Amino acid sequence: MGNFQVKWEAFSRAFFDNGGYKEVLSGLQNTVLIAVIGLAIGIVLGTLLAIAEVMPQYKTLPKILNKISHTYVAFFRGTPIVVQLLVGYFVLRPLLGLQTINALTSCIIIFGMNSGAYVSEIMRGGINSVDPGQMEGGRSVGLSYSTTMLKIVIPQAIKNILPSLGNEFIALIKDTSIVSFVGAKDLYVAFKYIGTNNYEFMVPYLIMALIYIVMVLMITALIKLTERRLKKSDRSSES
Amino acid sequence: MIEVVNLKKSFNSVEVLKDISTTINEGEKVVIIGPSGSGKSTFLRCLNCMEDPTDGKIIFDGVDIADMNVDINVHRQKMGMVFQHFNLFNNKTVLENIMLAPVHIQCQKMKKLKKQKLLGKDINEDILTKKQIIEKEKKRAMELLERIDLQDKADAYPASLSGGQKQRVAIVRSLAMNPEVMLFDEPTSALDPEMVGEVLELMKELAKDGMTMVVVTHEMGFAREVGSRVIFMDEGKIVEENTPDEFFANPKSDRLKDFLSKVL
Repeated sequence: MGNFQVKWEAFSRAFFDNGGYKEVLSGLQNTVLIAVIGLAIGIVLGTLLAIAEVMPQYKTLPKILNKISHTYVAFFRGTPIVVQLLVGYFVLRPLLGLQTINALTSCIIIFGMNSGAYVSEIMRGGINSVDPGQMEGGRSVGLSYSTTMLKIVIPQAIKNILPSLGNEFIALIKDTSIVSFVGAKDLYVAFKYIGTNNYEFMVPYLIMALIYIVMVLMITALIKLTERRLKKSDRSSES
Repeated sequence: MIEVVNLKKSFNSVEVLKDISTTINEGEKVVIIGPSGSGKSTFLRCLNCMEDPTDGKIIFDGVDIADMNVDINVHRQKMGMVFQHFNLFNNKTVLENIMLAPVHIQCQKMKKLKKQKLLGKDINEDILTKKQIIEKEKKRAMELLERIDLQDKADAYPASLSGGQKQRVAIVRSLAMNPEVMLFDEPTSALDPEMVGEVLELMKELAKDGMTMVVVTHEMGFAREVGSRVIFMDEGKIVEENTPDEFFANPKSDRLKDFLSKVL
C-alpha cells in the first residue's frame, strides 16, 4: 500500500501542480466533441442512407442511390474504424489536398461517416417498424413520398430507435480512444501525458478507465430515462 | 368523372384484377361488394393509384393518372381516401392531422407563385403568407371538427381516440382537401359494432351533400340505403352491377344469388 501512496502522490503532483488537469479537461472535451458531433453527422447521414435503402425501386435514380448506400455501408462496416481513420487521415487527406483540416476535425468527420453506416441500419429497421398505413395516409391526401417520409414516418421511426441510438453513442464514445493514432488529443493522450511526467502509469490509467465508465453509465441512465418517458406518454395517451 | 378502361392488376404472377372497365359519374354513390379476395379493395386502391395498375387507364378529370409520368400527388389531392385502419398520423394531434396536407400544399403553391412574380410574371391571385394560410386552415379544421362534434379533441393524439372517432377524423382529414370524390376502403370493418353507426351516419351526410363516393363495404344496409349503384365483384371481375333495388331484389347471376343468400 505504501507503494500505491507513492504512485498516488506522483499522480497528484502531475495532475494538480504540473497542470495535468488542463490536459485532461481538454482531452475530455475532444472525446465528447468527437462522439457528439460524430453521432449528429451519423444520424443525418444514416437517415439519408436508410431512405435510399427503403425507397421504392421503380426508377433509375433510386436504384443508383440504393447501390451507393449498399456499398457505403458494406465498406464502413467491413473495415475496422482504426483502418478508416488511418486511411482517411494519411491517404485521403493528402490525396484530396485537404491538409488544412486538422486532426480533430478529421476524426470528427471520419467518426461521423463511420457512425452513418451503423445508424443507417438502425434507421432502416426503425422506418420498417412504422406501420405502412402511415405512408399511405400521407400519400392519400396528396403529400409526396419525401414529405410524408420527413414529416410522418421518420419522426415515428426515431422514437422507436432512440434506445439503439443511445447504444451507438456509447460505442462511439469508447471508440474515440483510438484517435491518438492520427495525433488528435483525447482523454487517453491526456492521461498518457500525465503518466509520462514521472513514468507512473498505474493511477492515471485507472482514473481514465473510471472516467469512461462514469460517462457510459451517465448515458445509460439518460437512455433509460427517455425510454421510460416515451413509454409513459404512450400509456397515458391510450387510456 | 373517373373512367376506368381495361384495368388490370397483378401482384407478381397472381392476377387480381382482370380487365375491368366502368365509369363513375359525378354525384354517384357507387358501392362495391364481394367476397374477400375478389379484388374489390385492390380496385379501389387502383382508382387513386395507391396500387399502380399493371395495365389499363384510369381517366380522372380528363387525365390518365395511371400514366407514370403524371404527377399523381396533384390528382390525389382531389381524391379523398378513407382506410380500414384509419391511418391517422400518430405523431400529430387531431388538428395537425387535418391541417398538415392543406397547409403544406398551399405553402408550396405560394412559394411557386412568389418565384413567378419575381421573374416578372403577372399574378392575379393574392399571395398569402404562411401565417395566413395556417390561420385559414385552422379555422377550417375547427369547423370540420365541430361538424363531427370532436372540437374538444383538437389537441389530442390519435392514440387517445376511439375507433369511431379516429375514422370520423380520418374522413374530415380527407374533406379538408376539398376532394371531388371520396374513396372508402371498408371504413367500418375494423370498428366495434357500437361505433359503426356514427361513421355510417357521417358518410350518409356526405352523400346527402352530393359528394361523389366509391365505397367498398360489407354493410348491405348502407349499400341499399345510400348507394346509387351497386357493383358485385368476384375473382377480379365485375360480375353484376345495378341499382340497389334491382340488385338486391332481382340478382341475375348465380354467384351473386349465392353470395346474397349467405350475407343477408
